[in-house]
Amino acid sequence: MGTHSMKFFRTTILALSIMGVAACSSSGDEEMAAPVVADTSGIDATTAAAARAEAERLAREREAQQRMEAAALNTTVFYFDFDVSEFMASDRDVLAIHGRNLASNNSRRIRLEGHADERGTREYNLALGERRANSIRDYLVVNGASLSQIETVSYGEERPANTGQTDAAYRLNRRVEIK
Amino acid sequence: MRTLRYIFLLGLIFSKIAVAAELNIEITQGVDNPIPIAVVPFSWEGTSPLAEDIGAVVSADLQQVGEFRALPPSNMLSMPDEAAEVFFRDWRILAQDYLLVGKITHSPGSQLVQVQYEFFDVAREQKLIGEVLTGSVSQLRDIAHEISNVVYQQVTGTRGAFSTEILYVSAQFISPELTYYRIEKSDYDGHRSQILVESQEPLMSPAWSPDGSQIAYLSFETNLPRIYIQEIATGQRRQITDFPGINSSPVWSPDGSKLAMVLSKDGSPDIYVMDLATSQLTRLTDHPRAETEPSWAADSRSVIFTSDRTGQPQIYQVPITGGFPERLTFDCFYCSKGRFLPDGKNLVHVRRDTREDNSYSIAIFNIETQRVITLTDTSLDESPSVAPNGSMIMFATKVGGRGILDAVSIDGRVKFRLPSAQGDVREPSWSPFLN
Repeated sequence: MGTHSMKFFRTTILALSIMGVAACSSSGDEEMAAPVVADTSGIDATTAAAARAEAERLAREREAQQRMEAAALNTTVFYFDFDVSEFMASDRDVLAIHGRNLASNNSRRIRLEGHADERGTREYNLALGERRANSIRDYLVVNGASLSQIETVSYGEERPANTGQTDAAYRLNRRVEIK
Repeated sequence: MRTLRYIFLLGLIFSKIAVAAELNIEITQGVDNPIPIAVVPFSWEGTSPLAEDIGAVVSADLQQVGEFRALPPSNMLSMPDEAAEVFFRDWRILAQDYLLVGKITHSPGSQLVQVQYEFFDVAREQKLIGEVLTGSVSQLRDIAHEISNVVYQQVTGTRGAFSTEILYVSAQFISPELTYYRIEKSDYDGHRSQILVESQEPLMSPAWSPDGSQIAYLSFETNLPRIYIQEIATGQRRQITDFPGINSSPVWSPDGSKLAMVLSKDGSPDIYVMDLATSQLTRLTDHPRAETEPSWAADSRSVIFTSDRTGQPQIYQVPITGGFPERLTFDCFYCSKGRFLPDGKNLVHVRRDTREDNSYSIAIFNIETQRVITLTDTSLDESPSVAPNGSMIMFATKVGGRGILDAVSIDGRVKFRLPSAQGDVREPSWSPFLN
């Protein structure tokens, strides 16, 4: 069964349960629910079952959401393209979650450590690392964090994550770490 | 098993002893026709051997700058130690242009020694200069460098920089959690290194005060980059900045009264000048992009710096009274860390010509003729620092994954290298004349 028809099916059940005529098997399996809709012998029981199923579904969604947020909050290293100080578009959602988390935890403080790869001059790379950290700081603030919760520091090229001279090593070194 | 034990022992040694990173000089390129000079081993009247061989130190000095070739003592026909014993024919036969002889004697009634040297032009059969230098046995190396200075000046007309020193940063990786960062000082040739500052947090940008008595540097010891000044002789130090954001790149004005630096307290890195007597700050640049790597013009009236206001780093110059900065470099993808040679016209810098070449070299740009000479062929060159006589540039590069110090003459003909026996070395800073 494709996701589209699944979605449609769910909507039908929801509409029925709101009308108070929906029924549901005790298994809570939505696919099994449709055939018993016509059974009107125990309306109260079936309504309760539907509500329970709905609650379970919401709990599952909440859990999934929490798992996703936890994963996002555990993602604390963000990588940058060469010579670029804006974070990658693919990190936007994760950073938004960090921002909202800070917004809802006023006492939480973080430190953003910006880094550059070793190419070019050290003091210029210090500036580059700060700019990267600031780009993330600004996005956290857009998502509700307060400036006073965030300290930024640049280590430039002084603390490489990988000491190699390959493009792969350089990619790992152009980063901002949330600490 | 044996290998394991060996590594374990090494680990113990490295973790227990904070040794300065010993630098061993290697001459990597000399001129095609170096001046032949014979430095006869200096005689010594004492019975116990001396710690330093003055003749060998002078020979090494003169060969390191590439313009000289010293005759091996084993090829010498005679070993005079004073003018009366010199037969010029012996040296003409060996095609020597110059001859240095000398002797070391006890200074009467003291612990000191006297070093007498005499320097000759072989073709003219003429003594050019002779002196007696007195010092302690522990100063023999200093005495040797001073003799090299005199010889160099006699032949080239330029003041020798053999008595100068260098500052540099060393980083000794122990484990992913532990790296020792050190600021060290040594003779210009890497000898007699000593640790001035040690930290487990990064250290950067060591700079000399113009009188050579103090250093300024950047330390992350508080987990934030802050500028410190330290007296070399006493080790006494003070933190001189504590502004939010980057505090970096301290450089003394030639008159010693001010420190140029980079602060990002107002949003982005900009160039400031601090009056050291009053701690008063003057802001020289005000731009939302990065302005960094300040360096003074010789007259203390302007500062050059790196800015990426047009997208990529380029070098600019601004008067210390402020005003609109003038852009100096145009024809490079990446030009940064500019430093003027003593002539005030030639600008040493780090250059990446195009986006595609992906190689950072040391180059000299003449601001009058606009001519560019690229001096190096390694690809991760940075931190050029000019000898006080303007003859050589020392810089940092990577060879085989290791950070090393390299030096190149300003005409690109002579090169020598100071690899570290342990860890990475970088950010050399050549001292002013110290005597």
